[in-house]
Amino acid sequence: MNIIKTDVLIIGAGGAGLRAAIAIAELDPSIQVALISKVYPMRSHTVAAEGGAAGVAREDDSFENHFNDTVTGGDWMSDQDAVEFFVHEAPKELTQMEHWGCPWSRKPDGHIAVRPFGGMKVERTWYAADKTGFHMLHTLFQTSLKFPSIQRFDEYYSTDLIVVDGCCRGATAIEMRSGQMHTFSARAVIIATGGAGRIFPFTTNGAIKTGDGMAMAYRAGVALKDMEFIQYHPTGLPGTGILITEGSRGEGGLLVNKDGYRYLQDYDLGPPDPSPRNKAMELGPRDRLSQAFWHEQKKGRTIKTPHGDVVHLDLRHLGEKKINERLPMVRELATAYVGVDPVYEPIPVRPVIHYTMGGIDTDINAATSIDGLFAAGECACVSINGANRLGSNSLTEILVFGARAGQSAVQILAADSPQVDEAAIHEQANAAKARIADLFLASGGGETVSGLRREMNDTMESGAGIYRTDASLRESSAVIKDIRRRFADIELQDKSNVYNTDLIQVLELGAMIDVAQALIISALERKESRGSHQRLDFTERDDKSYLRHSLASFVKGGDPEISYRDVTITRSQPGERVYGGGEQK
Amino acid sequence: MSRRPYIRPVSKVSWWLSQPRYIRYMAREASCIFIGAYSGVLVVGLIRLSQGAAAWGAFLETLQSPVSIAFHLFALAFALYHTTTWFNVTPKAMPLQFGQTPVPGGAIIGAHYLGWILVSGLILFLVGV
Amino acid sequence: MSNRIVELEILRYNPETDEEPKFQTFSVPCAEDWVVLDAINYIKDELDRTLSYRWSCHMAVCGSCGMMINGEPMLSCKSFLRDLPDRIRVEPLTNFPIERDLVVVMDDFMDKLDSVKPFLIPREEKTVDEGEFLQTPAQLSKFKQYTLCINCTLCYAACPQYAHNEGFVGPAALALAHRYNLDSRDVGRSARADVVASNAGIWECSFVGACSEVCPHGVDPAAAIQQTKIASSVDYFRDMLIPGRRS
Ligand SMILES: Cc1cc2nc3c(=O)[nH]c(=O)nc-3n(C[C@H](O)[C@H](O)[C@H](O)COP(=O)(O)OP(=O)(O)OC[C@H]3O[C@@H](n4cnc5c(N)ncnc54)[C@H](O)[C@@H]3O)c2cc1C
Ligand code: FES
Repeated sequence: MNIIKTDVLIIGAGGAGLRAAIAIAELDPSIQVALISKVYPMRSHTVAAEGGAAGVAREDDSFENHFNDTVTGGDWMSDQDAVEFFVHEAPKELTQMEHWGCPWSRKPDGHIAVRPFGGMKVERTWYAADKTGFHMLHTLFQTSLKFPSIQRFDEYYSTDLIVVDGCCRGATAIEMRSGQMHTFSARAVIIATGGAGRIFPFTTNGAIKTGDGMAMAYRAGVALKDMEFIQYHPTGLPGTGILITEGSRGEGGLLVNKDGYRYLQDYDLGPPDPSPRNKAMELGPRDRLSQAFWHEQKKGRTIKTPHGDVVHLDLRHLGEKKINERLPMVRELATAYVGVDPVYEPIPVRPVIHYTMGGIDTDINAATSIDGLFAAGECACVSINGANRLGSNSLTEILVFGARAGQSAVQILAADSPQVDEAAIHEQANAAKARIADLFLASGGGETVSGLRREMNDTMESGAGIYRTDASLRESSAVIKDIRRRFADIELQDKSNVYNTDLIQVLELGAMIDVAQALIISALERKESRGSHQRLDFTERDDKSYLRHSLASFVKGGDPEISYRDVTITRSQPGERVYGGGEQK
Repeated sequence: MSRRPYIRPVSKVSWWLSQPRYIRYMAREASCIFIGAYSGVLVVGLIRLSQGAAAWGAFLETLQSPVSIAFHLFALAFALYHTTTWFNVTPKAMPLQFGQTPVPGGAIIGAHYLGWILVSGLILFLVGV
Repeated sequence: MSNRIVELEILRYNPETDEEPKFQTFSVPCAEDWVVLDAINYIKDELDRTLSYRWSCHMAVCGSCGMMINGEPMLSCKSFLRDLPDRIRVEPLTNFPIERDLVVVMDDFMDKLDSVKPFLIPREEKTVDEGEFLQTPAQLSKFKQYTLCINCTLCYAACPQYAHNEGFVGPAALALAHRYNLDSRDVGRSARADVVASNAGIWECSFVGACSEVCPHGVDPAAAIQQTKIASSVDYFRDMLIPGRRS
């Protein structure tokens, strides 16, 4: 088998992976970086992020504010040492992006502009119109071209990590255009493979967000942390799940039910100021807004459409000029995909799966429990997002912890001996290769990827959606187990080597099943309601038993084992999450 | 077992017939042939003028033939087409911006037409029409 | 689902079994609000799992899903069936080698993108602690349009110059170079000129304008190229007339 030797292997070339690669190249140009991605870097899903990236920028703001908003927003599940580090690094990283050319929107005096975002006390969201992720990703990608030490392997699908004597030594990957399996031998590996929204049927996440990296780390022995916390974004377009950014509410958009009533005031989010004050009404946190929708729906106050119930997001009062300047993409998307021009009509929206707060368990240095293995970005759980991520924190997170992962990798290279046990690497690579070869040979099972994927999607939505119960989760757990069993009966229809997307989809489904199962069992075991994890049978937050991270460890052929670790609390003791008029300004 | 990228043939001769926008482009480019030919006629006229009154008279005579008139109408049509197509793309090649507001394309195109009319008027004035 | 049946004629090519590409027709029951990509996904999921194509975001921003749809380069996730007839011909983007089915080889484009030095070459060095470079909204709006390219390569598929001369740097890459050249923070124009102002660069363009017509985000690469031509001609004459300007 073809062996590619490098110093640091980065799996994933989205915002986090690119940032890590650049950090390493800047620190030491003699370190070889292999950057692999299953799509061309600029296709990574960071490209879809619209609203902005949070970092303290204004005189009247402070690190403490950003810290408090993040910790409260996360319902005290965030590790406070990580949040502390994060809020201090945030403005530096965003300024660094500016130095690399990111076209941030500006104030008339030429300084960068910030906009309000949900759950943030002071305006601190840096934005590039409403294509922030797009501009960040392209800026990072283009900047990465400066560095000859970064060698890219585009359209390589990574399948397995190679772990020798408790040390991560590389990974295997399929070169999609030839079907060839390559072994990457490295002294440090960074996983930056993004989220796993695709385990649900209705999501803002692109087709590539299948949790591959989470599953790779999980199977290799790293726990998945806080997987039960998955974020519904309150405003997705019905049918496609395309996101209408929170920036639209930051600019003054209003949410109304079928009677034209701003229903959020009924859910402790008022008062209904004509243009909402920060952290109130439409600028409340996402979990609360999505839950409010669910209750409105139960009360029959939502609007029926062929693609499910919706409420209306009204931007008309902003006027054409402001919409064109600040929210051009929202206008483009709504006009194209639901035939509604927000200048003249309200946009139909409903909650949609958006972000995985949980992920690969890492410490504040992006290190995992396996030596030499790091993770950053949406695939990782540091954790700054706790039980509910605040909008615009994750674009900053991919920069802060992407860079951090790069720095940590460089540090261990210095400490680590360059000796590697090549025989052991070969052996594991061959095992990975054999697993793929088996897939080609399997026949007669009759199961298809699309069929199983649909069943998995459906059970995730019905059992592990906005509100969960013991019964719903048990049911989903049983369905997933059944799907896992039948997964072995999948028969590849496509047996060719070149660009075999049937094969890739089977591998992605395998990853999603693992991640889905970890999510369900973690949710089943968390018998409380906190942030985005809401149980109808345990409606209160229970700090005594559950102010702890859940850690799901892989068990071959069975349910994951769940253990717990205390949340790191430095200065903010758990309190009540108060939004709206209850918050002292 | 492996890669064999397929390259589709492209016709060197008829490619421009495959798309209306390529045909429009070729028409724009082809229009310069008539403009070139018309310049040729003007040059011949100059030579004739230098050869004396008789030659010049004969030249004027030829200009009045139906073939010549048809040619001139054609050349005029293509010249107009050539001019408008190029005027219409000027906002792309020479965008203007005042502060944050870009000057609308229509204004830039309009300015070109205005310039054209003024220059034509000036020439007509100079030759004493 | 509605009962509109759309016939998709898809150009198929499997390098391991086919001598050359050929069309295969699928009948797809389609919903009113579908885009072509939805119909193709239906084929993949329900009719033929061997069909290969690229896609991810389904919101016209990742740039993966460009295809020829009835002869026109388009993003399949933004091509609504309601605007198309009941018979739709889908082919891989023209002017690129076909890897397999609707997947084309992107190497040449990636190399060209790289060749124009598409990154900020700053006017002054500044540390992060010194804060951001100032840039007024007016300065930003000068180049903003050219930052919107999603690298979908529809413009390369539309460009007859690229079809006949694959050395041509091409619309998207030249527009991106222009984006940085226009940026008030950048001084890289002369560093980019070797490629941009070469014979394979802007001067290869005869201003067909097809690139701008097919661009899904209104980037207008043709405009970028013409502007670069003017700027680079001005440079040339200045260099000639002012002695010692070019060292
Ligand atoms: C529609 C939308 C809007 C958003 N808006 C905002 C916002 O306004 N503000 C904000 O802060 N956050 C926002 N987010 C969240 C934020 O964009 C993401 O969390 C973040 O971009 C994730 O970046 P990443 O680098 O971790 O992953 P990604 O950008 O998803 O990149 C993952 C990379 O991993 C690669 N990869 C995956 N699996 C494999 C494999 N098996 N082998 C090889 N490579 C692999 C992929 O090819 C890709 O390159 C939004 C998210 C969505 C979906
Ligand atoms: S799927 Fe991303 S652009 Fe079409």
